[in-house]
Amino acid sequence: MKPVLSLRGAALAFGGRELWRGLDLDVQPGEFLAVLGPNGTGKTSLLKSILGEQRLTAGSIEFMGEPVRHGSAQIGYIPQQKLGEGSSPLRARDLVALGVNGQRWGLPFASKAERARVDELLMAVGATSYAKAPLATLSGGEQQRVRVGQAIAADPALLLCDEPLLSLDLAHQRGVSELIDAQRRRSNAAVVFVTHDVNPILGMVDRVLYLAKGAFRIGTPDNVLTSEVLSDLYGTPVDVFRSRGRIVVVGSDDHLHHEDAA
Amino acid sequence: MSPTSGPWWSHIFDFSDYGDLLALVHNSILAGAILGVVGGLIGVFVMKRDLAFAVHGISELSFAGASAALLFGANVVAGSVAGSLIAALLIGLLGARARDRNSIIAVLMPFGLGLGILFLALYTGRSANKFGLLTGQIVAVDDPQLLALLVISVVVIAGLLLMWRPLTFASVDPDVARARGLPVTAISIIFMVLLGLAVAISIQVVGALLVLSLLVTPAAAAMRVTSSALLTPLLSVGFAVVSVVGGIMLALGGGLPISPYVTTVSFLIYVVCHIAGRRRVPARLPALTKELAT
Repeated sequence: MKPVLSLRGAALAFGGRELWRGLDLDVQPGEFLAVLGPNGTGKTSLLKSILGEQRLTAGSIEFMGEPVRHGSAQIGYIPQQKLGEGSSPLRARDLVALGVNGQRWGLPFASKAERARVDELLMAVGATSYAKAPLATLSGGEQQRVRVGQAIAADPALLLCDEPLLSLDLAHQRGVSELIDAQRRRSNAAVVFVTHDVNPILGMVDRVLYLAKGAFRIGTPDNVLTSEVLSDLYGTPVDVFRSRGRIVVVGSDDHLHHEDAA
Repeated sequence: MSPTSGPWWSHIFDFSDYGDLLALVHNSILAGAILGVVGGLIGVFVMKRDLAFAVHGISELSFAGASAALLFGANVVAGSVAGSLIAALLIGLLGARARDRNSIIAVLMPFGLGLGILFLALYTGRSANKFGLLTGQIVAVDDPQLLALLVISVVVIAGLLLMWRPLTFASVDPDVARARGLPVTAISIIFMVLLGLAVAISIQVVGALLVLSLLVTPAAAAMRVTSSALLTPLLSVGFAVVSVVGGIMLALGGGLPISPYVTTVSFLIYVVCHIAGRRRVPARLPALTKELAT
Protein backbone atom coordinates (compact mmCIF):
# COMPACT_ATOMS: atom_id res chain seq x y z
CA MET A 1 0.00 0.00 0.00
CA LYS A 2 1.38 3.39 -0.97
CA PRO A 3 1.72 5.73 2.03
CA VAL A 4 -0.32 8.95 1.94
CA LEU A 5 2.42 10.87 3.63
CA SER A 6 6.09 10.03 3.69
CA LEU A 7 8.85 11.88 5.56
CA ARG A 8 12.51 10.99 5.06
CA GLY A 9 15.27 12.41 7.22
CA ALA A 10 13.11 15.44 7.90
CA ALA A 11 14.62 18.14 10.10
CA LEU A 12 13.43 21.55 11.18
CA ALA A 13 15.34 24.23 13.05
CA PHE A 14 14.52 27.81 13.95
CA GLY A 15 17.48 30.14 14.49
CA GLY A 16 19.85 27.34 15.49
CA ARG A 17 17.32 25.66 17.77
CA GLU A 18 16.58 22.22 16.40
CA LEU A 19 12.96 21.09 16.74
CA TRP A 20 13.41 17.66 15.26
CA ARG A 21 15.87 15.83 13.02
CA GLY A 22 16.07 12.52 11.21
CA LEU A 23 12.32 12.11 11.20
CA ASP A 24 11.32 9.11 9.06
CA LEU A 25 7.59 8.54 8.97
CA ASP A 26 5.08 6.86 6.67
CA VAL A 27 1.38 7.46 7.24
CA GLN A 28 -0.80 4.85 5.53
CA PRO A 29 -4.33 5.35 4.19
CA GLY A 30 -6.82 4.94 7.02
CA GLU A 31 -4.16 5.43 9.69
CA PHE A 32 -4.76 7.73 12.66
CA LEU A 33 -1.53 9.40 13.82
CA ALA A 34 -1.56 11.58 16.91
CA VAL A 35 1.21 14.17 17.19
CA LEU A 36 1.84 14.85 20.87
CA GLY A 37 4.30 16.80 22.96
CA PRO A 38 4.68 20.01 24.93
CA ASN A 39 4.35 23.47 23.39
CA GLY A 40 7.22 24.68 21.26
CA THR A 41 8.34 21.27 20.05
CA GLY A 42 7.29 21.85 16.46
CA LYS A 43 3.93 20.07 16.28
CA THR A 44 2.23 22.84 14.37
CA SER A 45 5.42 23.45 12.36
CA LEU A 46 5.21 19.85 11.22
CA LEU A 47 1.73 20.51 9.85
CA LYS A 48 2.98 23.67 8.16
CA SER A 49 5.78 21.68 6.55
CA ILE A 50 3.27 19.16 5.24
CA LEU A 51 1.26 22.08 3.82
CA GLY A 52 4.37 23.50 2.16
CA GLU A 53 4.24 26.70 4.22
CA GLN A 54 7.35 25.85 6.20
CA ARG A 55 10.53 24.64 4.51
CA LEU A 56 12.38 21.77 6.11
CA THR A 57 15.97 22.36 7.14
CA ALA A 58 16.80 18.94 5.72
CA GLY A 59 15.06 15.88 4.33
CA SER A 60 11.89 15.55 2.29
CA ILE A 61 8.15 15.22 2.60
CA GLU A 62 6.05 13.49 -0.01
CA PHE A 63 2.28 13.59 -0.17
CA MET A 64 0.65 10.97 -2.42
CA GLY A 65 4.06 10.15 -3.84
CA GLU A 66 4.86 13.75 -4.85
CA PRO A 67 7.00 16.32 -3.03
CA VAL A 68 4.67 18.65 -1.10
CA ARG A 69 3.68 21.88 -2.78
CA HIS A 70 1.64 24.75 -1.38
CA GLY A 71 -1.34 22.87 -0.02
CA SER A 72 -3.48 20.43 -1.95
CA ALA A 73 -7.12 19.89 -2.81
CA GLN A 74 -6.61 16.36 -1.44
CA ILE A 75 -5.91 17.71 2.05
CA GLY A 76 -8.66 18.53 4.53
CA TYR A 77 -7.45 20.98 7.16
CA ILE A 78 -9.15 21.53 10.51
CA PRO A 79 -7.68 24.50 12.41
CA GLN A 80 -8.08 25.49 16.03
CA GLN A 81 -11.40 26.97 16.97
CA LYS A 82 -11.26 30.76 16.92
CA LEU A 83 -14.03 33.01 18.12
CA GLY A 84 -15.85 35.46 15.86
CA GLU A 85 -13.17 36.54 13.42
CA GLY A 86 -13.51 39.26 10.80
CA SER A 87 -16.35 41.66 10.29
CA SER A 88 -18.42 39.58 7.91
CA PRO A 89 -21.23 37.38 9.10
CA LEU A 90 -20.29 34.05 7.57
CA ARG A 91 -22.91 31.36 8.12
CA ALA A 92 -22.17 27.73 8.96
CA ARG A 93 -23.54 26.70 5.60
CA ASP A 94 -21.25 29.10 3.72
CA LEU A 95 -18.17 27.68 5.40
CA VAL A 96 -19.10 24.15 4.36
CA ALA A 97 -19.92 25.38 0.85
CA LEU A 98 -16.38 26.80 0.58
CA GLY A 99 -15.15 23.26 1.19
CA VAL A 100 -17.32 22.02 -1.67
CA ASN A 101 -16.70 24.64 -4.37
CA GLY A 102 -14.61 27.40 -2.80
CA GLN A 103 -11.75 26.70 -5.17
CA ARG A 104 -13.74 26.97 -8.38
CA TRP A 105 -13.14 30.02 -10.53
CA GLY A 106 -15.97 31.34 -12.62
CA LEU A 107 -19.43 32.72 -12.00
CA PRO A 108 -20.48 31.98 -8.42
CA PHE A 109 -23.59 29.94 -9.03
CA ALA A 110 -23.82 26.72 -7.02
CA SER A 111 -25.27 23.75 -8.90
CA LYS A 112 -28.11 21.70 -7.49
CA ALA A 113 -25.67 18.84 -6.84
CA GLU A 114 -23.35 21.17 -4.91
CA ARG A 115 -26.18 22.46 -2.74
CA ALA A 116 -27.27 18.90 -2.07
CA ARG A 117 -23.70 18.00 -1.11
CA VAL A 118 -23.59 20.89 1.36
CA ASP A 119 -26.87 19.68 2.92
CA GLU A 120 -25.49 16.15 3.11
CA LEU A 121 -22.29 17.33 4.84
CA LEU A 122 -24.19 19.50 7.31
CA MET A 123 -26.35 16.49 8.12
CA ALA A 124 -23.30 14.23 8.49
CA VAL A 125 -21.74 16.50 11.12
CA GLY A 126 -25.05 17.22 12.86
CA ALA A 127 -25.04 20.91 11.95
CA THR A 128 -28.31 21.06 10.00
CA SER A 129 -30.20 22.85 12.78
CA TYR A 130 -27.78 25.78 12.85
CA ALA A 131 -26.79 25.78 9.18
CA LYS A 132 -28.07 29.31 8.64
CA ALA A 133 -26.75 30.80 11.86
CA PRO A 134 -23.75 33.13 11.61
CA LEU A 135 -20.63 31.23 12.63
CA ALA A 136 -19.74 33.77 15.33
CA THR A 137 -22.98 33.00 17.20
CA LEU A 138 -22.20 29.27 17.45
CA SER A 139 -20.48 27.58 20.37
CA GLY A 140 -16.91 26.33 19.98
CA GLY A 141 -18.12 22.76 19.60
CA GLU A 142 -20.66 23.69 16.95
CA GLN A 143 -18.04 25.69 15.04
CA GLN A 144 -15.68 22.72 15.02
CA ARG A 145 -18.42 20.40 13.76
CA VAL A 146 -18.91 22.80 10.86
CA ARG A 147 -15.12 22.82 10.34
CA VAL A 148 -15.14 19.03 10.04
CA GLY A 149 -17.95 19.28 7.50
CA GLN A 150 -15.86 21.73 5.48
CA ALA A 151 -12.71 19.62 5.70
CA ILE A 152 -14.30 16.35 4.58
CA ALA A 153 -16.25 17.94 1.71
CA ALA A 154 -13.87 16.74 -1.00
CA ASP A 155 -13.25 13.33 0.62
CA PRO A 156 -9.58 14.19 1.13
CA ALA A 157 -6.84 11.58 1.31
CA LEU A 158 -5.38 13.27 4.38
CA LEU A 159 -7.01 15.11 7.26
CA LEU A 160 -4.66 17.51 9.03
CA CYS A 161 -6.02 18.54 12.39
CA ASP A 162 -4.30 21.30 14.37
CA GLU A 163 -5.59 21.16 17.95
CA PRO A 164 -9.20 20.96 16.80
CA LEU A 165 -10.44 20.11 20.29
CA LEU A 166 -8.77 23.00 22.08
CA SER A 167 -11.17 24.90 24.35
CA LEU A 168 -14.04 22.47 23.75
CA ASP A 169 -15.91 20.82 26.62
CA LEU A 170 -15.61 17.05 27.04
CA ALA A 171 -18.85 16.17 25.26
CA HIS A 172 -17.88 18.22 22.20
CA GLN A 173 -14.32 16.89 22.27
CA ARG A 174 -15.76 13.41 21.96
CA GLY A 175 -18.33 14.42 19.34
CA VAL A 176 -15.86 16.22 17.08
CA SER A 177 -13.16 13.55 17.29
CA GLU A 178 -15.75 10.85 16.51
CA LEU A 179 -16.74 12.75 13.36
CA ILE A 180 -13.09 12.81 12.25
CA ASP A 181 -12.75 9.11 13.02
CA ALA A 182 -15.96 8.30 11.15
CA GLN A 183 -14.66 10.03 8.04
CA ARG A 184 -11.40 8.08 8.29
CA ARG A 185 -13.33 4.81 8.34
CA ARG A 186 -15.73 5.86 5.60
CA SER A 187 -13.17 7.09 3.07
CA ASN A 188 -9.97 5.47 4.32
CA ALA A 189 -8.39 8.89 4.82
CA ALA A 190 -5.19 9.20 6.81
CA VAL A 191 -5.44 11.46 9.87
CA VAL A 192 -2.60 13.50 11.35
CA PHE A 193 -3.94 14.95 14.58
CA VAL A 194 -1.92 17.48 16.56
CA THR A 195 -3.04 17.71 20.17
CA HIS A 196 -1.65 18.34 23.64
CA ASP A 197 -4.15 15.91 25.16
CA VAL A 198 -4.38 12.41 23.72
CA ASN A 199 -7.24 11.26 25.93
CA PRO A 200 -10.23 12.32 23.80
CA ILE A 201 -8.80 10.37 20.84
CA LEU A 202 -7.07 7.54 22.69
CA GLY A 203 -9.48 4.89 21.42
CA MET A 204 -8.94 5.93 17.77
CA VAL A 205 -5.20 6.41 17.57
CA ASP A 206 -3.10 3.84 15.70
CA ARG A 207 0.26 5.44 16.28
CA VAL A 208 1.71 8.32 18.22
CA LEU A 209 4.48 10.71 17.25
CA TYR A 210 5.73 12.19 20.52
CA LEU A 211 7.95 15.26 20.17
CA ALA A 212 9.99 16.59 23.09
CA LYS A 213 13.33 18.27 23.69
CA GLY A 214 14.51 18.06 20.09
CA ALA A 215 13.84 14.33 19.92
CA PHE A 216 10.87 12.11 19.15
CA ARG A 217 9.41 8.62 19.50
CA ILE A 218 7.04 6.90 17.11
CA GLY A 219 4.91 3.87 17.95
CA THR A 220 1.57 2.66 19.24
CA PRO A 221 0.19 4.51 22.27
CA ASP A 222 0.96 1.47 24.43
CA ASN A 223 4.58 1.47 23.33
CA VAL A 224 5.27 5.21 23.47
CA LEU A 225 3.12 6.45 26.33
CA THR A 226 5.02 4.66 29.09
CA SER A 227 7.13 5.95 31.96
CA GLU A 228 10.30 4.40 30.50
CA VAL A 229 9.96 5.79 26.99
CA LEU A 230 8.93 9.30 28.03
CA SER A 231 11.55 9.49 30.81
CA ASP A 232 14.12 8.60 28.20
CA LEU A 233 12.73 11.15 25.75
CA TYR A 234 12.59 13.99 28.27
CA GLY A 235 15.86 12.94 29.88
CA THR A 236 14.23 13.38 33.26
CA PRO A 237 11.99 11.08 35.34
CA VAL A 238 8.41 11.12 34.03
CA ASP A 239 5.53 9.01 35.33
CA VAL A 240 2.74 7.86 33.06
CA PHE A 241 -0.42 6.80 34.87
CA ARG A 242 -3.33 4.99 33.34
CA SER A 243 -6.57 5.50 35.14
CA ARG A 244 -10.10 4.73 33.93
CA GLY A 245 -9.00 4.65 30.32
CA ARG A 246 -7.21 7.99 30.62
CA ILE A 247 -3.50 8.63 30.41
CA VAL A 248 -1.88 11.19 32.69
CA VAL A 249 1.75 12.22 32.31
CA VAL A 250 3.42 13.68 35.39
CA GLY A 251 6.99 14.97 35.55
CA SER A 252 9.15 17.44 37.41
CA ASP A 253 10.18 19.16 34.19
CA ASP A 254 8.90 22.65 33.56
CA HIS A 255 7.77 21.61 30.12
CA LEU A 256 5.30 19.22 31.64
CA HIS A 257 3.81 21.45 34.29
CA HIS A 258 1.03 22.85 32.20
CA GLU A 259 0.46 19.54 30.45
CA ASP A 260 -1.58 17.43 32.81
CA ALA A 261 -1.99 14.87 30.07
CA ALA A 262 0.22 13.71 27.22
CA MET B 1 -27.10 76.36 -12.11
CA SER B 2 -25.31 78.91 -9.94
CA PRO B 3 -26.84 79.52 -6.52
CA THR B 4 -27.37 83.30 -6.49
CA SER B 5 -30.97 83.92 -5.42
CA GLY B 6 -33.78 82.54 -3.30
CA PRO B 7 -33.68 81.07 0.20
CA TRP B 8 -30.69 78.84 1.16
CA TRP B 9 -32.64 75.61 0.88
CA SER B 10 -33.40 76.36 -2.74
CA HIS B 11 -29.69 75.77 -3.37
CA ILE B 12 -29.97 72.30 -1.90
CA PHE B 13 -33.15 71.23 -3.62
CA ASP B 14 -34.33 72.93 -6.81
CA PHE B 15 -36.45 70.94 -9.19
CA SER B 16 -37.43 73.63 -11.72
CA ASP B 17 -36.60 72.67 -15.33
CA TYR B 18 -35.93 69.18 -13.96
CA GLY B 19 -36.87 67.35 -17.15
CA ASP B 20 -34.41 69.37 -19.23
CA LEU B 21 -31.63 68.80 -16.73
CA LEU B 22 -32.30 65.08 -16.63
CA ALA B 23 -31.84 64.87 -20.38
CA LEU B 24 -28.48 66.59 -20.05
CA VAL B 25 -27.12 64.19 -17.51
CA HIS B 26 -28.52 60.82 -18.50
CA ASN B 27 -24.96 59.70 -19.32
CA SER B 28 -23.84 60.62 -15.83
CA ILE B 29 -26.74 58.73 -14.29
CA LEU B 30 -25.82 55.65 -16.28
CA ALA B 31 -22.19 55.95 -15.19
CA GLY B 32 -23.34 56.48 -11.62
CA ALA B 33 -25.44 53.33 -11.72
CA ILE B 34 -22.53 51.26 -12.99
CA LEU B 35 -20.25 52.75 -10.34
CA GLY B 36 -22.87 51.76 -7.80
CA VAL B 37 -22.63 48.17 -9.00
CA VAL B 38 -18.83 48.31 -8.72
CA GLY B 39 -18.90 49.88 -5.25
CA GLY B 40 -21.60 47.56 -3.95
CA LEU B 41 -19.81 44.43 -5.15
CA ILE B 42 -16.27 45.27 -4.12
CA GLY B 43 -17.51 46.69 -0.81
CA VAL B 44 -18.56 43.19 0.23
CA PHE B 45 -14.92 42.10 0.00
CA VAL B 46 -13.60 45.32 1.51
CA MET B 47 -15.67 44.40 4.57
CA LYS B 48 -14.69 40.74 4.50
CA ARG B 49 -11.00 41.60 4.25
CA ASP B 50 -11.23 44.47 6.73
CA LEU B 51 -9.84 46.97 4.23
CA ALA B 52 -11.95 50.08 4.92
CA PHE B 53 -8.90 52.04 6.03
CA ALA B 54 -6.98 50.84 2.96
CA VAL B 55 -9.73 52.23 0.73
CA HIS B 56 -9.21 55.63 2.29
CA GLY B 57 -5.43 55.36 1.88
CA ILE B 58 -5.68 54.35 -1.76
CA SER B 59 -8.08 57.18 -2.49
CA GLU B 60 -5.61 59.80 -1.22
CA LEU B 61 -2.86 58.55 -3.52
CA SER B 62 -5.36 58.31 -6.32
CA PHE B 63 -6.19 61.96 -5.64
CA ALA B 64 -2.48 62.81 -5.88
CA GLY B 65 -2.31 61.00 -9.24
CA ALA B 66 -5.38 62.78 -10.53
CA SER B 67 -4.14 66.22 -9.48
CA ALA B 68 -0.75 65.53 -11.05
CA ALA B 69 -2.56 64.65 -14.27
CA LEU B 70 -4.59 67.85 -14.03
CA LEU B 71 -1.44 69.94 -13.50
CA PHE B 72 0.50 68.35 -16.34
CA GLY B 73 -2.48 68.30 -18.68
CA ALA B 74 -2.67 64.52 -18.80
CA ASN B 75 -5.80 62.39 -18.60
CA VAL B 76 -7.28 62.73 -15.11
CA VAL B 77 -8.74 59.22 -15.03
CA ALA B 78 -5.37 57.78 -16.07
CA GLY B 79 -3.60 59.77 -13.36
CA SER B 80 -6.08 58.67 -10.76
CA VAL B 81 -5.77 55.02 -11.85
CA ALA B 82 -1.96 55.24 -11.70
CA GLY B 83 -2.00 56.69 -8.17
CA SER B 84 -4.53 54.08 -7.06
CA LEU B 85 -2.60 51.14 -8.43
CA ILE B 86 0.67 52.26 -6.87
CA ALA B 87 -1.02 52.63 -3.48
CA ALA B 88 -2.99 49.38 -3.79
CA LEU B 89 0.08 47.36 -4.73
CA LEU B 90 2.21 48.91 -1.98
CA ILE B 91 -0.46 48.14 0.60
CA GLY B 92 -0.98 44.66 -0.82
CA LEU B 93 2.72 43.76 -0.97
CA LEU B 94 3.96 45.38 2.24
CA GLY B 95 0.89 44.99 4.37
CA ALA B 96 0.01 41.30 4.27
CA ARG B 97 -0.53 41.41 8.04
CA ALA B 98 -3.21 43.70 9.40
CA ARG B 99 -0.96 45.59 11.80
CA ASP B 100 1.70 46.31 9.16
CA ARG B 101 -1.02 47.31 6.77
CA ASN B 102 -2.52 49.96 9.01
CA SER B 103 0.80 51.65 9.63
CA ILE B 104 1.70 51.58 5.93
CA ILE B 105 -1.63 53.17 5.08
CA ALA B 106 -1.22 55.78 7.79
CA VAL B 107 2.17 56.67 6.29
CA LEU B 108 0.97 56.75 2.67
CA MET B 109 -2.23 58.68 3.24
CA PRO B 110 -0.93 62.08 4.36
CA PHE B 111 1.87 61.84 1.81
CA GLY B 112 -0.65 61.33 -0.99
CA LEU B 113 -2.92 64.08 0.25
CA GLY B 114 0.03 66.46 0.58
CA LEU B 115 1.21 65.74 -2.95
CA GLY B 116 -2.29 66.25 -4.26
CA ILE B 117 -2.63 69.61 -2.51
CA LEU B 118 0.75 70.67 -3.93
CA PHE B 119 -0.26 69.80 -7.49
CA LEU B 120 -3.60 71.56 -7.12
CA ALA B 121 -1.93 74.66 -5.67
CA LEU B 122 0.33 74.81 -8.71
CA TYR B 123 -2.58 74.24 -11.11
CA THR B 124 -3.87 77.44 -12.65
CA GLY B 125 -6.87 76.13 -14.61
CA ARG B 126 -10.56 76.04 -13.61
CA SER B 127 -10.98 75.84 -9.89
CA ALA B 128 -14.10 73.67 -10.24
CA ASN B 129 -11.81 70.93 -11.53
CA LYS B 130 -9.70 71.15 -8.37
CA PHE B 131 -12.63 70.98 -6.02
CA GLY B 132 -14.15 68.14 -8.03
CA LEU B 133 -11.28 65.78 -7.31
CA LEU B 134 -11.78 66.08 -3.57
CA THR B 135 -15.54 66.23 -3.40
CA GLY B 136 -16.65 64.79 -6.73
CA GLN B 137 -18.52 66.11 -9.70
CA ILE B 138 -19.66 63.53 -12.19
CA VAL B 139 -21.39 66.16 -14.32
CA ALA B 140 -17.93 67.44 -15.19
CA VAL B 141 -16.95 64.09 -16.68
CA ASP B 142 -16.67 64.30 -20.48
CA ASP B 143 -17.40 61.57 -23.02
CA PRO B 144 -13.94 59.94 -23.36
CA GLN B 145 -13.64 59.92 -19.57
CA LEU B 146 -17.07 58.40 -19.29
CA LEU B 147 -15.99 55.65 -21.66
CA ALA B 148 -12.87 55.01 -19.61
CA LEU B 149 -14.98 54.75 -16.45
CA LEU B 150 -17.30 52.27 -18.11
CA VAL B 151 -14.45 50.10 -19.39
CA ILE B 152 -12.75 50.04 -15.99
CA SER B 153 -16.06 49.26 -14.29
CA VAL B 154 -16.64 46.31 -16.58
CA VAL B 155 -13.13 45.00 -15.87
CA VAL B 156 -13.65 45.24 -12.11
CA ILE B 157 -17.12 43.66 -12.17
CA ALA B 158 -16.00 40.81 -14.44
CA GLY B 159 -12.87 40.21 -12.36
CA LEU B 160 -14.87 40.06 -9.13
CA LEU B 161 -17.51 37.73 -10.53
CA LEU B 162 -14.99 35.30 -12.02
CA MET B 163 -12.91 35.04 -8.84
CA TRP B 164 -15.85 35.37 -6.46
CA ARG B 165 -15.59 31.97 -4.77
CA PRO B 166 -11.80 31.68 -4.42
CA LEU B 167 -11.72 35.32 -3.33
CA THR B 168 -14.38 34.64 -0.71
CA PHE B 169 -12.49 31.56 0.48
CA ALA B 170 -9.17 33.43 0.67
CA SER B 171 -10.85 36.41 2.41
CA VAL B 172 -12.86 34.71 5.13
CA ASP B 173 -10.85 31.53 5.71
CA PRO B 174 -7.28 32.12 4.47
CA ASP B 175 -5.60 29.29 6.41
CA VAL B 176 -7.90 26.61 5.10
CA ALA B 177 -7.89 28.11 1.61
CA ARG B 178 -4.09 27.96 1.58
CA ALA B 179 -4.12 24.37 2.86
CA ARG B 180 -6.45 23.44 0.02
CA GLY B 181 -3.91 24.80 -2.45
CA LEU B 182 -5.48 28.15 -3.37
CA PRO B 183 -2.91 30.85 -4.34
CA VAL B 184 -4.03 33.10 -1.50
CA THR B 185 -1.24 35.66 -1.91
CA ALA B 186 -1.79 36.03 -5.66
CA ILE B 187 -5.52 36.37 -5.10
CA SER B 188 -4.98 39.15 -2.61
CA ILE B 189 -2.68 41.05 -4.99
CA ILE B 190 -5.21 40.74 -7.83
CA PHE B 191 -7.91 41.93 -5.46
CA MET B 192 -5.85 44.98 -4.50
CA VAL B 193 -5.51 45.85 -8.20
CA LEU B 194 -9.28 45.61 -8.68
CA LEU B 195 -9.78 47.68 -5.53
CA GLY B 196 -7.35 50.30 -6.85
CA LEU B 197 -9.32 50.53 -10.09
CA ALA B 198 -12.62 50.78 -8.21
CA VAL B 199 -11.27 53.57 -6.00
CA ALA B 200 -9.93 55.46 -9.02
CA ILE B 201 -13.30 55.53 -10.75
CA SER B 202 -15.23 56.26 -7.57
CA ILE B 203 -13.15 59.37 -7.08
CA GLN B 204 -14.62 60.76 -10.30
CA VAL B 205 -18.07 60.64 -8.71
CA VAL B 206 -17.80 61.26 -4.98
CA GLY B 207 -14.25 62.59 -4.76
CA ALA B 208 -11.25 61.34 -2.86
CA LEU B 209 -12.52 62.30 0.58
CA LEU B 210 -15.80 60.45 0.31
CA VAL B 211 -14.95 57.23 -1.50
CA LEU B 212 -15.80 55.23 1.63
CA SER B 213 -19.47 56.16 1.23
CA LEU B 214 -19.52 54.21 -2.02
CA LEU B 215 -17.09 51.35 -1.35
CA VAL B 216 -17.83 50.62 2.31
CA THR B 217 -21.12 52.05 3.58
CA PRO B 218 -23.48 50.10 1.26
CA ALA B 219 -21.82 46.75 2.03
CA ALA B 220 -21.67 47.56 5.74
CA ALA B 221 -25.38 48.41 5.65
CA ALA B 222 -26.22 45.16 3.84
CA MET B 223 -24.29 43.16 6.42
CA ARG B 224 -26.36 44.71 9.21
CA VAL B 225 -29.52 43.16 7.84
CA THR B 226 -28.44 39.86 6.32
CA SER B 227 -25.75 37.24 6.59
CA SER B 228 -26.83 35.44 3.44
CA ALA B 229 -24.04 34.95 0.93
CA LEU B 230 -26.42 35.82 -1.91
CA LEU B 231 -28.43 38.65 -0.35
CA THR B 232 -25.39 40.55 0.96
CA PRO B 233 -23.94 41.50 -2.46
CA LEU B 234 -27.42 42.04 -3.95
CA LEU B 235 -28.47 44.44 -1.18
CA SER B 236 -25.07 46.12 -1.18
CA VAL B 237 -25.30 46.78 -4.92
CA GLY B 238 -28.89 47.98 -4.51
CA PHE B 239 -27.90 50.41 -1.74
CA ALA B 240 -24.90 51.72 -3.67
CA VAL B 241 -26.87 52.27 -6.88
CA VAL B 242 -29.68 54.03 -5.00
CA SER B 243 -27.08 56.22 -3.26
CA VAL B 244 -25.25 57.27 -6.41
CA VAL B 245 -28.20 57.63 -8.77
CA GLY B 246 -30.40 59.11 -6.05
CA GLY B 247 -27.60 61.49 -5.10
CA ILE B 248 -27.05 62.64 -8.68
CA MET B 249 -30.77 63.20 -9.26
CA LEU B 250 -31.25 65.14 -6.01
CA ALA B 251 -28.18 67.24 -6.72
CA LEU B 252 -29.24 68.22 -10.24
CA GLY B 253 -31.18 71.35 -9.47
CA GLY B 254 -29.02 72.88 -6.76
CA GLY B 255 -25.72 73.36 -8.56
CA LEU B 256 -23.86 72.02 -5.52
CA PRO B 257 -21.43 69.08 -5.66
CA ILE B 258 -23.20 65.74 -5.79
CA SER B 259 -21.13 64.12 -3.06
CA PRO B 260 -23.09 65.42 -0.05
CA TYR B 261 -26.23 64.00 -1.60
CA VAL B 262 -24.62 60.64 -2.33
CA THR B 263 -23.03 60.37 1.10
CA THR B 264 -26.23 61.40 2.87
CA VAL B 265 -28.41 58.88 1.03
CA SER B 266 -25.79 56.22 1.67
CA PHE B 267 -25.57 57.17 5.35
CA LEU B 268 -29.34 57.17 5.82
CA ILE B 269 -29.57 53.70 4.29
CA TYR B 270 -26.95 52.54 6.77
CA VAL B 271 -28.82 54.07 9.71
CA VAL B 272 -32.04 52.34 8.70
CA CYS B 273 -30.21 49.01 8.27
CA HIS B 274 -28.47 49.42 11.60
CA ILE B 275 -31.79 49.91 13.38
CA ALA B 276 -33.41 47.06 11.44
CA GLY B 277 -30.40 44.85 12.17
CA ARG B 278 -30.78 45.22 15.93
CA ARG B 279 -34.14 43.49 15.71
CA ARG B 280 -32.43 40.55 14.03
CA VAL B 281 -30.49 39.54 17.14
CA PRO B 282 -33.25 37.37 18.67
CA ALA B 283 -33.19 35.25 15.49
CA ARG B 284 -29.75 33.98 16.54
CA LEU B 285 -30.94 32.90 19.93
CA PRO B 286 -32.18 29.37 19.09
CA ALA B 287 -28.62 28.20 18.47
CA LEU B 288 -27.51 29.56 21.84
CA THR B 289 -30.51 28.23 23.76
CA LYS B 290 -29.93 24.83 22.25
CA GLU B 291 -26.31 25.01 23.34
CA LEU B 292 -27.32 25.79 26.92
CA ALA B 293 -29.78 22.92 26.95
CA THR B 294 -27.22 20.27 25.99
